[in-house]
Amino acid sequence: MTALASSAAELIAGFPFPFPEDRYRYSTNVEPAGRSVSTPAGQWGAAVVDIDGEYAAELAERADILRRDPTRAEVLPHMQPAAWDAAMTLMRELATAYPSTMTLERLGDARWRWTNGLLGLTQEFVYGDGGTLPEEPLRWIAGQVQEDVVLLDQRDQLYGDAGVVTFAADWSFGFDVGMSFLEIHGPVPRVREEGVITRAHEFLKRLQPHQPYRRTNWTLTIGRRLDVSTELYPEWGPDREMIQRVDDATFGRLVHLRVEVQHLVRLPDSGAIMFLIRTYMLPLELLATVESWRRRAAEVLAELPADMADYKGIIKYRDRAASWLRAAGGEAP
Amino acid sequence: MTTLELLVTAAVHPVPGIRSLTLAAPDGRDLPGFVPGSHLVIECGGRSNAYSLTSDGTAPTSYTVSVLEVPDGSGGSRWVHRELRVGEVVTARLPRSLFPPVARAAKHLLVAGGIGVTPIVSHLRAARTWRRETEVHYVFREGRGAHVDDVLALTDGAAELHTDRAEFCARLEKALADQPLGTHLYVCGPAAMIDHVLDTARGLGWPESRLHCERFGLDALDPGDPFDVTLTATGTTVRVPSGTSLLEALETSGVDVPNLCRQGVCGECRIPVAAGTPLHRDLFLTEEEKAAGDALMACVSRSAGPSLEVPL
Repeated sequence: MTALASSAAELIAGFPFPFPEDRYRYSTNVEPAGRSVSTPAGQWGAAVVDIDGEYAAELAERADILRRDPTRAEVLPHMQPAAWDAAMTLMRELATAYPSTMTLERLGDARWRWTNGLLGLTQEFVYGDGGTLPEEPLRWIAGQVQEDVVLLDQRDQLYGDAGVVTFAADWSFGFDVGMSFLEIHGPVPRVREEGVITRAHEFLKRLQPHQPYRRTNWTLTIGRRLDVSTELYPEWGPDREMIQRVDDATFGRLVHLRVEVQHLVRLPDSGAIMFLIRTYMLPLELLATVESWRRRAAEVLAELPADMADYKGIIKYRDRAASWLRAAGGEAP
Repeated sequence: MTTLELLVTAAVHPVPGIRSLTLAAPDGRDLPGFVPGSHLVIECGGRSNAYSLTSDGTAPTSYTVSVLEVPDGSGGSRWVHRELRVGEVVTARLPRSLFPPVARAAKHLLVAGGIGVTPIVSHLRAARTWRRETEVHYVFREGRGAHVDDVLALTDGAAELHTDRAEFCARLEKALADQPLGTHLYVCGPAAMIDHVLDTARGLGWPESRLHCERFGLDALDPGDPFDVTLTATGTTVRVPSGTSLLEALETSGVDVPNLCRQGVCGECRIPVAAGTPLHRDLFLTEEEKAAGDALMACVSRSAGPSLEVPL
């Protein structure tokens, strides 16, 4: 579990509260990226990549996970150009969003200089020449963003052929690598019958460069644990039993609303799709300090159909989470 | 930002009938990158024409396009040839990618006819950067071959140039019959030539997933039969006469439909169909989507029966 570097106020101010209504269902909920969203507590969404107070801590955790388990990163051979394209695109996004600390300068035709002031890093490289970076380009850039990255190759379908994913919410990148988009989403209940995934797939296939889109997804996580990958299930799986037995104060401190802001970017050089997953977590005890969030999250959790709650892995404690939130506002559970 | 203002910094006539433009940002800044095979939709004196980008799409500072003058066309190419001057600014949409190289291809077999060489040139530039194996066949009329020097330079002279159609067809058949497993075929040129190349490949057992083509505009479509379209949102019915497109008829009656190429290629003017059977004439929708019959491309497609209903 990550030790928290940010203040509670910071976490709340940047939290992308995901529920526009009292009822949650799967939908092809994509919108153009880059538009700032105001919340009762602050705002989110102005940039495709987001750096917050957890930057150093999350990058350290990612490096540690990759050291222990190299299967969290993979770039199939044909994805090498896409990996460079992703690195370049992410550097441009960082430089655009954080010009005072991040700069990308062109030195010559394919020669560039990248400066990441937050990490005290300066790197000159030749685009496409692997020998000019200290490591594989996708792993290298993934060490400088808080986002998980998946690259999809477009053939007849989209295939998840490269990525660095250390903060997976109950899935395994190492297991999914090389699978098609439709195969990866096979286990999600309802979405096939409702056509949500096939519509998303068609949308992604038509996505054009320089017009990124985004969506949110959510679940609950016990403890401030970014890495709830399938690989570590033996470590975090038992928490789902443990949490039912803790007292109310502990429950509100441990149960987090986990929100993913996902960006969908057609890379402009390789034509691959870059899928960014940025994970935010807020414990219920802090969520409840924003009245409209407290009330709405309680409604959504109470109403969520059982099959969806089961797939999200929260069926054993979502009722208690809803009651906890209602009680925190003085409502009847 | 979906449009670009581009300064014409150079214009040359490399071969008769073709004008090549170099375009840059007026303030000299970098331009948006593009995937090989992408095209740029440029406003050409009241028309919007799509031209394949022939330059390098990686972090570009300029774009180049080559425009064939079509004397009996709709006027866009004539405007580029006769009106547009160096130093003027044109408006373009962001580059669009509909003809990309396949990353996993073991080899790229590139076949170009006439001005259809343009997207092939950008494919070759990327192939050089990423050391992809290519084989190029380029057929053109003697003395009219655009980008011949580029094609030869980018293939170290290995590209096969053809100016005799019969000889090209014979050579093509041999080339299609003798490729390593995992080769992908890309073809761009006049419609009849594309059809011939694809049919030959299919006849030799090439799977559809290995065949890629870029058609630059449809050959003139027949004017089609007249039909009525009912707009269910307002309950009004609009007549679409023979020779008028559904898109034009909708625009005339005050219904705005987003559109770009007006040639059934770009996919912008897709509209849903509530009732009736569409007569699909576009190159954008997949066969499954066409069979579903619940959407059509308003710029070229029509109604198979006397009427259609659209939820607009």
